[in-house]
Amino acid sequence: MIDIFDIMGPIMVGPSSSHTAGAVRIGRMARALLGETPVRAALHLYGSFAETGVGHGTDKALIAGLLGMAPDDLSIPLSFSIAEDRGLTFTFSEIDLRDAHPNSVQMEVVGEEGSRLSMQACSVGGGRIRVNKIDGVDVNFTGDYHTLIVHNRDDRGHVADVTYALSQAKVNVANMSLHRDAKGGSAIMIIETDEPIPPLILDLLRRLPGILHITYYEKED
Amino acid sequence: MNLDSMKDILAAAQREEKPLWQIIVETDMENRGVTREDSFAKMAQAWHAMLDASNSYSGKRRSASGLVGGQGEQMRAYATSGDPISGSFAAEVITEALCMGESNACMRRIVAAPTAGACGVMPAVLIPLYRRDNIPEEKMLEAMFVASGIGAVIAYRACIAGASGGCQAEIGSASAMAAGALVTLRGGTPEQVCHAVAMALKNLLGLVCDPIAGLVEVPCVKRNVIGAMNAMAAADMALAGIESRIPVDEVIDAMGDVGRRLPVEFRETALGGLAVTPTGKAVKEKMLGKRNKNRTLTIKDARWKLQRTSSSH
Ligand code: SF4
Repeated sequence: MIDIFDIMGPIMVGPSSSHTAGAVRIGRMARALLGETPVRAALHLYGSFAETGVGHGTDKALIAGLLGMAPDDLSIPLSFSIAEDRGLTFTFSEIDLRDAHPNSVQMEVVGEEGSRLSMQACSVGGGRIRVNKIDGVDVNFTGDYHTLIVHNRDDRGHVADVTYALSQAKVNVANMSLHRDAKGGSAIMIIETDEPIPPLILDLLRRLPGILHITYYEKED
Repeated sequence: MNLDSMKDILAAAQREEKPLWQIIVETDMENRGVTREDSFAKMAQAWHAMLDASNSYSGKRRSASGLVGGQGEQMRAYATSGDPISGSFAAEVITEALCMGESNACMRRIVAAPTAGACGVMPAVLIPLYRRDNIPEEKMLEAMFVASGIGAVIAYRACIAGASGGCQAEIGSASAMAAGALVTLRGGTPEQVCHAVAMALKNLLGLVCDPIAGLVEVPCVKRNVIGAMNAMAAADMALAGIESRIPVDEVIDAMGDVGRRLPVEFRETALGGLAVTPTGKAVKEKMLGKRNKNRTLTIKDARWKLQRTSSSH
């Protein structure tokens, strides 16, 4: 079912919903998944993002997103100098991501407390995005829902523990997927929920045995 | 209800004896689980963003390629002091379309309707009418709901992205939405809305997407003008009682069919049409230079070493 506000919207800084608005959303997603303020970022552009990225402000938009700006923030064109003021350093390069969507970016981000995130995402049109990889593990989610990302040890019971805690908090799971790091040992759960997850529950989940790391993306209106 | 055919929306309006906009609002309430007030408030945000963009236009801005900027201002000066062939109201519509398209190209805040490239069409017809006739905001929002419903049907049956269906899918869809909004504002019947949509879309059938250097600048900004002018013509024809001989849903399907069969060169790839003219190619070369310059610029401040990374996934 098409949301009429995907037709009359989004309200965004131009010029392109896929190359500008979507790029801001990808940056914001990376910031949320990192869970802290980014201080260093290496961004690798692929396909049309590399080809027409400069003209569409894709580079500025990605940095704006990493700085926490929304797609309608009029400061997006100024994001490079704002990044400098706020101590975010970054590089851009081009990358060959075979079989990836033509509007893709792969990035490594380091936060002020030292957290690291490697993420590959693409902008699929109309400002919508899809995350394809986190820390080398194939995933598939859009940020159209509140999204919980749980890194856990790859053994029994963790899925049940997490979903039980969510149901106790009356948070309904819309979609869920499990991904295994081929290198073994760890796994990623992606849980998309209808209701936002309260901070208290996130803290509780973090303390569950076998849970290595949790990040959470709260959907924008 | 599902917004998948104009015929069904029309039938629902007749069956429930409700105006078209109400059917669309109720669909949104159901779809997003929101109240009528929420739904209207969200549409008001879009409307206000259009007005803000119009009010904060400046002819001094320039786009990334430098090709776009200042045309809205030129047109406004001509419209007020010259003798526009199409009359003063149409001249204002042209001005508004240029201003909005330019604002988009210059990284200002706009409302994608249905896309960023076509963001100038809806405000170009709505804002001058709103200003001239002092139309209450509520009525503007109702017309925008009708336009969104039309756009949703087009997105469902055909497509609204240049990359999928060419410019007919972007400017064509925006024009159809604007035509429906205009008929609504003038108190036309739901049937007249459908005829206006059909005529507007038919007139732009086959329009290719051929942006030079792949940027939403040329021909995009000026195509917003034809989208808006065509919407006015289609709305006036419908209000005159003229009917589209091909029913609206069939026209939308035809647009989708043309879009699917359009060679990929004419679907935002910048490999055909104006993009491959000698001038178009020269602009692309120039932008390529900027891309390289930009790359070194960011390296300078960075602590991380830049490398052309290669990956096997
Ligand atoms: S030419 Fe292509 S990019 Fe430009 S407005 Fe038309 S569809 Fe959009």
